[in-house]
Amino acid sequence: MENVLFFASVEADGSLAKVALESLTCACATAKSLGSSLTVGLLGSDCSAAANAIAGCGAAQFVAVNGVADPVYAIDASACEAIIKESGATLVVAPNVSRIARVLPGAAARVGGKIDTRVTSVAVEGGRVQIKRWYYRQRMIASLSRDYRPWILTVDSGNYEPYAGPAGAAPVKTLTVAVAARTKTLREEAALAGELTIRPDASLLFVAGAGWTKKQSDGQPHVKEAEELIRTFLGKTQASLGSSKSLVDQKGEGEILSFLTHLNQVGQTGASPRHPKGLATCCHGEEPHVVGWRFINERRAINLDPNCGWAQGKADVLYVSDAFAVISKLNEML
Amino acid sequence: MSAGFHIVVCGSLVPDPLQTLEPLMGPQGPGLKNEMMLPSVLDPWAGHALYEAANLAKDLPNTKVWLVSLGPKQKLQQLMMTIAQKAPFELVPIDGSASGFTDSAETAQALAKAIEGIPGLDRSRLLVFGGCSSASRDAGATMQMVGEMLGIIDQFMGVDEIRVMEDGSFEVKERVEGAKYLVSRCEGAPAVLAWATGNLPEPPNNPQVGMLNMRTLMPALQKAQAVQVGAAASFAIVEVPQQRRDTRIVKDKSVDEIAQEIAEWIKE
Repeated sequence: MENVLFFASVEADGSLAKVALESLTCACATAKSLGSSLTVGLLGSDCSAAANAIAGCGAAQFVAVNGVADPVYAIDASACEAIIKESGATLVVAPNVSRIARVLPGAAARVGGKIDTRVTSVAVEGGRVQIKRWYYRQRMIASLSRDYRPWILTVDSGNYEPYAGPAGAAPVKTLTVAVAARTKTLREEAALAGELTIRPDASLLFVAGAGWTKKQSDGQPHVKEAEELIRTFLGKTQASLGSSKSLVDQKGEGEILSFLTHLNQVGQTGASPRHPKGLATCCHGEEPHVVGWRFINERRAINLDPNCGWAQGKADVLYVSDAFAVISKLNEML
Repeated sequence: MSAGFHIVVCGSLVPDPLQTLEPLMGPQGPGLKNEMMLPSVLDPWAGHALYEAANLAKDLPNTKVWLVSLGPKQKLQQLMMTIAQKAPFELVPIDGSASGFTDSAETAQALAKAIEGIPGLDRSRLLVFGGCSSASRDAGATMQMVGEMLGIIDQFMGVDEIRVMEDGSFEVKERVEGAKYLVSRCEGAPAVLAWATGNLPEPPNNPQVGMLNMRTLMPALQKAQAVQVGAAASFAIVEVPQQRRDTRIVKDKSVDEIAQEIAEWIKE
């Protein structure tokens, strides 16, 4: 008989993040399919409001470790371990957010379990839990199951609807952990000075390729102009900015868009962001871009090469045109 | 800081990202078609970890770097031909599978055992570096487990920067949601740091470094311990998703028309 634990960290404002609510939907559905009990385990400064907000999820038990506002691995790992042991969970479902992703593998090692991360689907087939996840950076997808218990899963965002059940008064059992941590959280800071160009909730991902810094038809590069065009476009559309690796790597060579860092990078060594739409400009890579664009629904590209390997079969529409001219005109229209 | 660190970088090989990969089901579970023939590179994030380690070793006296690498011995030897000139390190090879389908806990077990067996390693000065994720399994789980198995409870994931203080303590910047960094201060080693891209470019090849590394690389490879690392899971199916789109190529429209079409699409 499985015992399902939904485990999440509470945000600074006392709420649960969207991805946490999505994974709660997954945990509820899994527990229902298995006919097993559901426990909610929370971690944060004060978990009561978050627990009350999901009181109607059908959990038989609510367990929390309060007073841990700052994400410090040593404390979080002990809290995770305590919650998993208290719940007697055989299956743990958690959201794939940085705090949880950092600590759950360590907690899995402590409780002698196995972990699979970045899961995109959890299903019950013939009483057996079957998950799907990507391998080789979104190049192939596998369906697998494990006999080991506890089995810990972190669920990627965008795969389930956020839980929207009734709130109420959840009876929370509070656990305490005592750990002498040698690490102290100092602050959160923006990765970039100035304008924020990474917007995970944006409806459009704008990807800039290395072509923006190459010599144009007049034989000269126009990096400043490119920078201004892109900045204006991002300001008008509130799009999130992605970049090819080749463009970010030019940082060491001088000619680079000043607001780009490796955090903007999509593809093999970058992110695979999830946005409804994507517009690629001056990109010429193939497989790395496919990897980075795996979760973009509608894709369009502006490129001078109609035979571009990235665009053929990967984009819905390829505009064979000069991105400088098109984005300039687009900025006027928007 | 006079004592320096003992930095162990965990990093293995992955197929060259430009290669087309095809899964293949075998009796031992899934693998890649022609896996042993595929050209390999050092896992990108582990590579960043190695370069950051080498940079620390350059700046901090008495700091030494080891590279613990799990992979088929022949492929590790080929890999060393390309990375041995990048940074000075001592190789600790483990002869086993580098497949992405192996279990992260079993991989961590093999790595932790190899680290424990490094002669002369001072655990009180130990920094365990690695990638925050691999380009094969892409789980982001192995380093935390290695840390736990070694009894290290100061761990940092998605690290882009470390700043070491005079007293041996250090500040770390970790990537968190919303394009932000979480800045933490740790009292000092031992600690685990799983790197994102960091801030350093790939170092140029240095033949002198290569010659220095080669003195120890080949004997180390010959003595590589063989380990069995499995998947510990039942794979029902592994497939490459078929996502070929019917691309509409627009060649004959003016800039104005294209901009108009895109503007309407964005506003939809």
